[in-house]
Amino acid sequence: MVASAQNCEDVDRLLAVLPESDAAGRARFAELGFPASHDEDWRFTPIKPITELDFTAAEADVSASFEGCAFTEIDGPRLVFVNGHFSEGLSQIGNLPAGVEVRNLTASDLLMSHETGDAFAALTAATFTGGPFISAADNVEFEIPVRVYYLSTGSEGATANVRGYISAGANSKLTVLESWTGTQADYFNNGFTELHVADNAHVEHLKFQDEHAGAFHVGAVHATMGRDAHMAHHSIALGGRIARNNLRAHLNGTGVEAVFNGLYLPRTGQLIDHHMVVNHAQPYCNSHEYFNGILDDDARAVFHGRIHVHKGADKTDAKQTNKNLLLSDNATVNTKPQLEIYADDVKCTHGATIGHMNDEQIFYLRARGLNEVTARHMIMHAFAGEIVERIECIPAREELDLLVWKRLEEGGDK
Amino acid sequence: MLEIKNLEAGVDGKTILNGIDLSINAGEVHAIMGPNGSGKSTLAQVLAGREGYDITAGSVNYNGQDLLELGPEERVHEGFFLAFQYPVEIPGVNTTYFLRAAVNAVREHHGKEELDAVGFLKLMREKIELLELDESLLKRSVNEGFSGGEKKRAEILQMALLDPKFAVLDETDSGLDIDALKIVANGVNQLRRKDNAQLVITHYQRLLDYIVPDHVHVLVDGRIVKSGTKELALELEERGYDWITAVQAA
Repeated sequence: MVASAQNCEDVDRLLAVLPESDAAGRARFAELGFPASHDEDWRFTPIKPITELDFTAAEADVSASFEGCAFTEIDGPRLVFVNGHFSEGLSQIGNLPAGVEVRNLTASDLLMSHETGDAFAALTAATFTGGPFISAADNVEFEIPVRVYYLSTGSEGATANVRGYISAGANSKLTVLESWTGTQADYFNNGFTELHVADNAHVEHLKFQDEHAGAFHVGAVHATMGRDAHMAHHSIALGGRIARNNLRAHLNGTGVEAVFNGLYLPRTGQLIDHHMVVNHAQPYCNSHEYFNGILDDDARAVFHGRIHVHKGADKTDAKQTNKNLLLSDNATVNTKPQLEIYADDVKCTHGATIGHMNDEQIFYLRARGLNEVTARHMIMHAFAGEIVERIECIPAREELDLLVWKRLEEGGDK
Repeated sequence: MLEIKNLEAGVDGKTILNGIDLSINAGEVHAIMGPNGSGKSTLAQVLAGREGYDITAGSVNYNGQDLLELGPEERVHEGFFLAFQYPVEIPGVNTTYFLRAAVNAVREHHGKEELDAVGFLKLMREKIELLELDESLLKRSVNEGFSGGEKKRAEILQMALLDPKFAVLDETDSGLDIDALKIVANGVNQLRRKDNAQLVITHYQRLLDYIVPDHVHVLVDGRIVKSGTKELALELEERGYDWITAVQAA
């Protein structure tokens, strides 16, 4: 196969080692190629460290464990993928109520084709080795969270492509908790999850990404929402040398309530990127995006948030905030809010802040008897807590609160 | 209790406090009045240990300790308290959580057991009544979205909880209507004891109708130019600060 676009050699090298599941998808990926460094969507996130990996196909590994994973104390069904391959041994489905389906997916399950999304999305369609299939039928309210584990034990360019399908039928309820972790540097996980929230359904989707700090991660969530759907997506992003999150939301019915809520805590040598497009296609929908980041050392973060209010999507209420707390002078944030509005009578707001720890706040806390370290921790915790407290699933929220707190205390004492 | 001697301090090479001498004993309430820019708030900030001020001369002895050598939190542990002119908003930090952490930080310093959530709530309910504060405020983030009056009352609540030996109230009356002023003053007065002292900093005499001082000092250009009893405040109200500066110039 000959790639006709950017980075052809890298594309060929990658496709040569990966399994084939969709020939049209392979062609599509080869045609698109990896994004070029001048690609506007990748302006602040270097792609070369990924494209120059010595690619191999990530292989199943029976020795994988849950060490470092989140949500292990929560009961309920779990799907486990090791290096992109479904692990029957580690997965536990248990007895599910009628109308709830939880299993490894197959190509015929997918609604979105390789045409949806960018080159990385096409790559998942072309080469995926597995992924979660989670669905709740109409009127089924499944209160138990479904957990999905992506465990990585590969290194040296081991590449896993996974595809996920989550569907909540009309008037249904579904909670999905994802945990991404890895044990060695230099592997590459590329995931794509399609998420369908039907009329009046209620979905909470939480992605906890704590890949190895030397690994690479590209993860996309493409969500469609019907009338009066209620959807919350949380991205708690801690890991990866380069971790890119592509969020695409399509508010296709009236009365949708959508929340996109993210926290990123990159440290030395890490870059975490959230790239989001929220499409308001119908009137009377609300979308709120809250993204907070705390950056230490020479960490970098990128936030791109586009709100696209299509013609006819009148009475849209869209809010976006991106707040960044820099703990070091060497940390870098690139934040880029974008509003495109083609409808009438809409409320769209965005605000981005980048700042250091506020001296006034520190002094105020010290003037009440708290020492400086406690004062700094309290402010960091508050900054992170704003995001964590929006998680509706209580055990997940409590666990992440502790986990994030611990992570900040490890890094923030300077 | 507090002995300030020839205190000189400034910012970026600009002198703001020009040799302050002030002695305050237990059981006393002192008021410092002065026009804008006279150095009132700088004095409060320097006493509280705010970074960024250069102290170029003088000393502050607080119960036998060199106050200026202590970090801001250490001063609080030793019973010092500043009620801020502009209380700082801290989004995301729950007020109750913050207040309990503050109370326990001081208790820990004195080797006392931590107050648990129940014990703290009991203490807080006692104090909150005193200040007629809405309890729902305590569930919100520290000072966030509080009205001017709520912020000032919350400051006095903090003072009540920390039970300081020596408290500085920096323009606690600014931004308060007369009802809120009475509530705040009443709160402060109830905290007044024989073994503690208060320094009230204000631009206007109005507050001193409710918090009656034993001594009044007038600060002009970073120096105390006149001291007297509460009648001095009334005279200032009537004749204005120009009267003092004119007397000084003459």
